[in-house]
Amino acid sequence: MPANRFNSFTDYGIGIGLRVPHYQHILTRKPVVDWFEIISENFMVDGGRPLQVLDQILEQYRVVQHGVSMYFGSAEKLNREHLKKLKALVKRTKTPWLSDHLCWGSVDGRYTHDLLPMPYTFAAAKVTAQKVRAVRDFVEVPIAVENVSSYAEFHASEMTEWEFLSEVVELADCGILLDVNNIYVSSKNHSFNPYDYVNNVPHHRVAQVHIAGHSKFKKYILDTHDHPVLDPVWQLYARAINLVGKTATLLEWDDSIPSFDEVHHEALKANQFIDQIQHQVAPA
Amino acid sequence: MRRSKPTSSSTRSSIRSRPRKVASAKQLGDLQALMAGAIMRPLTPRGGMEKTSAPVANAIIKRNDRLTSFERLEIYNRQYWYRILGCIYDDYPGLRAVIGERKFDRLVHAYLARYPSESFTLRNLGRRLGKFLRAEPKWAAPHQELAMDMVRLEWAHIVAFDEATKPAIHVDDLLGRDPAKIRLALQPYITLLEVRYPVDDLLIAAKHGDDRLRGEASNAVELHHKRVSRVRFRHLKPQPLYIAVHRMNCTVYYKSLTREQFEVLRALQRGATLEKACAVLVKRGGSAAKDSAAQVQQWFQEWTSFGWFCQR
Repeated sequence: MPANRFNSFTDYGIGIGLRVPHYQHILTRKPVVDWFEIISENFMVDGGRPLQVLDQILEQYRVVQHGVSMYFGSAEKLNREHLKKLKALVKRTKTPWLSDHLCWGSVDGRYTHDLLPMPYTFAAAKVTAQKVRAVRDFVEVPIAVENVSSYAEFHASEMTEWEFLSEVVELADCGILLDVNNIYVSSKNHSFNPYDYVNNVPHHRVAQVHIAGHSKFKKYILDTHDHPVLDPVWQLYARAINLVGKTATLLEWDDSIPSFDEVHHEALKANQFIDQIQHQVAPA
Repeated sequence: MRRSKPTSSSTRSSIRSRPRKVASAKQLGDLQALMAGAIMRPLTPRGGMEKTSAPVANAIIKRNDRLTSFERLEIYNRQYWYRILGCIYDDYPGLRAVIGERKFDRLVHAYLARYPSESFTLRNLGRRLGKFLRAEPKWAAPHQELAMDMVRLEWAHIVAFDEATKPAIHVDDLLGRDPAKIRLALQPYITLLEVRYPVDDLLIAAKHGDDRLRGEASNAVELHHKRVSRVRFRHLKPQPLYIAVHRMNCTVYYKSLTREQFEVLRALQRGATLEKACAVLVKRGGSAAKDSAAQVQQWFQEWTSFGWFCQR
């Protein structure tokens, strides 16, 4: 039973990111995993080993695509070459939904390869929502936009980040990939209450949740994806799951990647929070 | 499309407009151009953001109780360079071994400032490194030729790794056909290289961290250490080579070719008919010209068994 109209895949369970150091383990041992999330750009190539591995994975597992360079929030036009390659990959993977970030990263055709924060204004929300719609219309799969972690805030902002996220997804009529680690990181960097964020996004639009680890520095927190999930993030995840219901959840671990079993074990910790809500009524 | 990073003068002129408001798509674009210009500006030798970016930071970014506007923007400036340098560092171990860590750092900083990424994928970051080095060989001095050979091989490796495979033509497909009418294409993942140094062995050694290579042909004592002592290329002599960079079963190979084989394949790649490509051998009067047609047939049997040919 779908939790909401943007989340038809509540039974997807707990996934992990498909990463090169784990290829051999996955292909030879064939461990039981609910689903894998792939970084779309890593497989938007024309041949060779990346596609060979992907096809082998697709024979055994469900795969969901996650992008890092669509840049819904960039003021410039969408890159047609990018869109065509993305659509070809969507056809190959049959991903049930597609996610990318609520950010910008390119100017005049030059790419920063970073997930840069948006100025939270109504005009920026309108530009972003138009691009989300355009991408969805082109690739023909539901889209979920992910909140990013950030280290800077703009003078220009007219609203909070969660108000901006809400504005974009309402205008675009799309889903949310709620990254609770990113919310936590940004809450520390910008001194807001992360529960205000989780409490106030439109819960009926949350299609997927991300969890991850981060690194603490003296004056700020960096979203490094190189640690297990920290307790405050698990607590925030518990709150989010309580509010949005059973939702596909994915652990991101992108640097200092440990063994497959360690990553998978860490991800499966999410089940205890999902199990807790099975017989509960989500609070308002 | 702008190809170079914004100059400091263009940035100053943009700051005068103080795009604090983002009430339109145009103003969003102005703010993003301003911020991207600062983020993509090279770091100082100490790894910090240039002081000249302070007006941009103050104009667009709030300070908080722990970090100034400058420090917050500097996080992104550093992230940008760490990410793209890390990527190109991983893609060009051979070039690093040839020119050394410090020169490599200077070269790629200059390259990326001149040619920032214009692709959504980091895979293409080094696409124009060969072009850049050809135009500005000083960055690889005194090993310009060796460095150029290595850059070409390393880009060919990237191409061989993930370019498309088209349906292969088999040797049986060629039997009974008129050579004057057969035009074959090479698979998109194949690059034919004519190099002046044995860079294939050098690159394999660099990728495997071969200690002998370091003593003989590089200043790279330890690839990940910043401070390395300079060791001259005392023993590395020029040795013209012909190489086909290709892949089989998803593994990249560097296949040595004879000059005659290279010329036949290059002629085919350039669109010559099979007859004209093989006529290159007769014109050259080389050893292959004296060999029987069976010899050439053997080459084609091998190449077609590799799946190298496809329809043009």
